Amino acid sequence: MTAAPGTPSPQTPSPQDTVAQAAGTPDRPQPYSELGLTTEEYVRIAGMLGRRPTDAELAIYSVMWSEHCSYKSSRVHLRQFAEKAPRTAALLAGIGQNAGVVDIGQGYAVTFKLESHNHPSYVEPFQGAATGVGGIVRDILAMGARPVAVMDALRFGPADAPDTRRVLPGVVGGISFYGNCLGLPNIGGELAFDPCYAGNPLVNALCLGVMRHEDLKLAAATGSGNAVVLVGAKTGPDGIGGASVLASASFGGGGRAGGGGPETAKRPNVQVGDPFKEKLLIECCLELYAAGLVLGIQDLGAAGVACATTELAAGGGAGVGMRVRLDAVPLRDASLGPAEILMSESQERMMAVVEPAGLERFMSICAKWDVEATVIGEVTATGRLEMSWHGDVVVDIPPRTAADEGPLYHRPATRPPGQQELQDDDPSRLARADTGDELRKTLLAVLGSADAADKTWVTEQYDRYVRGETVLAMPQDAGLIRVDEHTSLGVALAVDGNGRYCLLDPYAGTQLALAEAYRNVAATGARPLAVTNCLNFGSPEDPGVMWQFTEAVRGLADACLALGVPVTGGNVSFYNQTTDAAIHPTPIVGVLGVHDDVSKRLAIGFDRPDCGVVLLGRGEAEFGGSLWARVAHRHIGGRPPAVDLDAERDLAAVLVAAAERGLLAAAHDLSDGGLAIALAECCLAGGQGCAVRLPGDPFTSLFGESAARAVVAVVPGAEAEFAALCSSHGTPAAELGVTGGSTLEVVDCFTIPLDELAAAHRGTLPALFG
Amino acid sequence: MSAARVGVITFPGSLDDHDAARAVGRAGAVAVPLWHGDRDLRGVEAVVLPGGFSYGDYLRCGAIARFAPVMAELVPAARAGLPVLGICNGFQILCEAQLLPGALTRNSGLRFISRDVRVRIENTATPWTLSYAPGQELTLVLKSGEGAYVADAATLAGLEERGQVLARYVGASPNGSAAGIAGIRSESGSIVGLMPHPEHAIDALTGPGDDGLGFFTSALRALAAA
Repeated sequence: MTAAPGTPSPQTPSPQDTVAQAAGTPDRPQPYSELGLTTEEYVRIAGMLGRRPTDAELAIYSVMWSEHCSYKSSRVHLRQFAEKAPRTAALLAGIGQNAGVVDIGQGYAVTFKLESHNHPSYVEPFQGAATGVGGIVRDILAMGARPVAVMDALRFGPADAPDTRRVLPGVVGGISFYGNCLGLPNIGGELAFDPCYAGNPLVNALCLGVMRHEDLKLAAATGSGNAVVLVGAKTGPDGIGGASVLASASFGGGGRAGGGGPETAKRPNVQVGDPFKEKLLIECCLELYAAGLVLGIQDLGAAGVACATTELAAGGGAGVGMRVRLDAVPLRDASLGPAEILMSESQERMMAVVEPAGLERFMSICAKWDVEATVIGEVTATGRLEMSWHGDVVVDIPPRTAADEGPLYHRPATRPPGQQELQDDDPSRLARADTGDELRKTLLAVLGSADAADKTWVTEQYDRYVRGETVLAMPQDAGLIRVDEHTSLGVALAVDGNGRYCLLDPYAGTQLALAEAYRNVAATGARPLAVTNCLNFGSPEDPGVMWQFTEAVRGLADACLALGVPVTGGNVSFYNQTTDAAIHPTPIVGVLGVHDDVSKRLAIGFDRPDCGVVLLGRGEAEFGGSLWARVAHRHIGGRPPAVDLDAERDLAAVLVAAAERGLLAAAHDLSDGGLAIALAECCLAGGQGCAVRLPGDPFTSLFGESAARAVVAVVPGAEAEFAALCSSHGTPAAELGVTGGSTLEVVDCFTIPLDELAAAHRGTLPALFG
Repeated sequence: MSAARVGVITFPGSLDDHDAARAVGRAGAVAVPLWHGDRDLRGVEAVVLPGGFSYGDYLRCGAIARFAPVMAELVPAARAGLPVLGICNGFQILCEAQLLPGALTRNSGLRFISRDVRVRIENTATPWTLSYAPGQELTLVLKSGEGAYVADAATLAGLEERGQVLARYVGASPNGSAAGIAGIRSESGSIVGLMPHPEHAIDALTGPGDDGLGFFTSALRALAAA
């Protein structure tokens, strides 16, 4: 069988702006600024091409040089992740690919990445979040891996705000709908609330994929004469940025024919997802990979065909080009012109490079999965990306100019004027609970706050069991997926971020986010190995925001070097701001760890009595940006907890060794809300209470948020060996008490029955969201 | 004696086929993959219809899957006594194919529910439940958006009368199922539909325990005795 060309347009194609016309009409005005390009950028494009761009070329550059695709404001800073990367042999593919690939041993590799879908999720929460999951899953699939799990990090406005009641259930419903229908377990994440996210919710989705080393695929077109095949859904007018501009008469007249006025010509700029199509696409691609039929592959996400063609061609190296017939692209809306086809963000599509000899088998596998596949072009040796529209050449550019040679900005970055005052506003002046009864009330208030409250209302909408490899999922410290049923090899994943800490000190705050995720992974017994990130910030054109960003990147790169875990990839989301109000700088950091034997995993729950409760690490009176200051006083000020990466590394080594030797019955990291919240969560998760004696000042001991700490339950009989292990790593270990009973008792302070604790913890979200 | 062969059907959009095959294997049988587009049961001695969103749940859950070519073979075989277990979406397909009465509708809370649930085995006279004791309580995994079992009053009364209620949720029904019904059986007993997932409860490492394994070991015992 031969590849069928796309459905021909039923209409007479409108005259298009061709390369020949562009050369002949150098002064024709073009709507570059409406497409988001500056005059300098437009002039630069014309300089690169030696003529003005055609409308289709302008479409390509406008999306490829957008902040989202080109990282033009962030790239000069992100280089630090490579420059400061710790030396490791574990990285099989790194930054610049669709996702980083990490060797986890036994011939397995994993790939993982976090990506934002913040703006679409505010406009249309359900579809915005759903397609966020769909997009990151295709990134992982494009590396050659089988997607095996998802996670998400979410931020919303105040939990009791009316708009949060619109946005949160929509976002959660969208993630639930798309992830569940794909058959991917959702194994964890995080959720927090703050007024700064009211107009700018954050939806960061992570996907994890597993492959054998030899399965690795790259986004590179190779072999002149090989076919370029578009696989998956038809292309429609979804998510076209600036579609109203494209449809206007001044833009070449190639847009809508027979449409109404500008209103009817407006296109939805939020994509609509069909997880069923994506599920078929996943299975189809994996079968194509297994049959050895795919030479190179790229997913279609932001910037659609424009991105996939330029990146595949540029990825092939010098001299590689591509010839594409845009009129061969199968359309859902026959009125689309070349510029719109290039910019469309229709979901559930991939682009593959296939040898002609394999094409017939390729097509038959696609047919088996009911996945449409169409040859739209071929690889050439011209070094040019050429595209035609019904015989006319509408694009003729060097692919690297769009994919790799976009503008680079060194945007001004200055410490915001109020930063010093913010840091000087130390929470030490705030009134603290003193008596046992006050401490008890404070604990219940913090535990019942929306940030610390039980998240079952959300996570109960996610399938955690599908595929049968989920060893740990929420509310555990990290998700843990078994990779090999016979050897018990597994990988743990945690995502963390704290906007309050980052507001007070973006350098330290970002390091604390990394440290928390690193600690969370180690608390399951897994060895932290690699890092991904999603950097959510306000406008890069604001020097104060840019300062936050540069500090955050520098902090993360420095801390990754110190902890010996490389950044394998990530994503930047700027412009999370409404008018002048930016979100708190919110870098979300994901850490992946390897578990050599998932049957020895540690969970957070106190599930048996008579275990020694031990606090690891050193606690100080650190309340800057703390959950207590926020809940009790609506206060954010001072400095975040001190960063001690050596202590983090030692603590992780203790936890990993203790898990391996079977010394612990439970382990839980300390983070927001300190020891008080950690103990409450341990008791509620496992059903056993505990009685503890605090090591110092009760308030500081309970609510201080010093980093590099964890609470553990030691298996009876293993106390001495565990103490020796801690001491050999120099990790302070304070014996607090024992597990058991049906109350959380802080000796000489207060006692709270687990039922009362549970009511405070579990009642909050259902009361807010129904 | 060679191991029993139990088929697991994969429809486009099936998700728990992998898990069902693993459970069949854990029980000691050979899982045989069956493809929706093939009019061929490959000589299997029992069939599992797994969970998922066959055909994207377009139109109605299970409504399109019932027309799949493989169903043209399965329906008469099931009517002739081939043991069939439909889990979640598989249960929905069995109802759409009219191998079981009633229908599964939107959860009363209108949200997808993924939760460990306690169910009570009400009937052990089926090839899928004979390893359990009558009244035995199990922890299984409920994960569905359209899991509320409904049927008209006469049908419900008939199910109760003939002992066709296979399993019931312990305590309040989590999804609004009529009479707390979590699963039913055909009159003959060989066809069983179950909303909660036993295949996700076969190992305490990756599920809430191994209470669900009994469905698959039951089938093996039934086949050996046949």
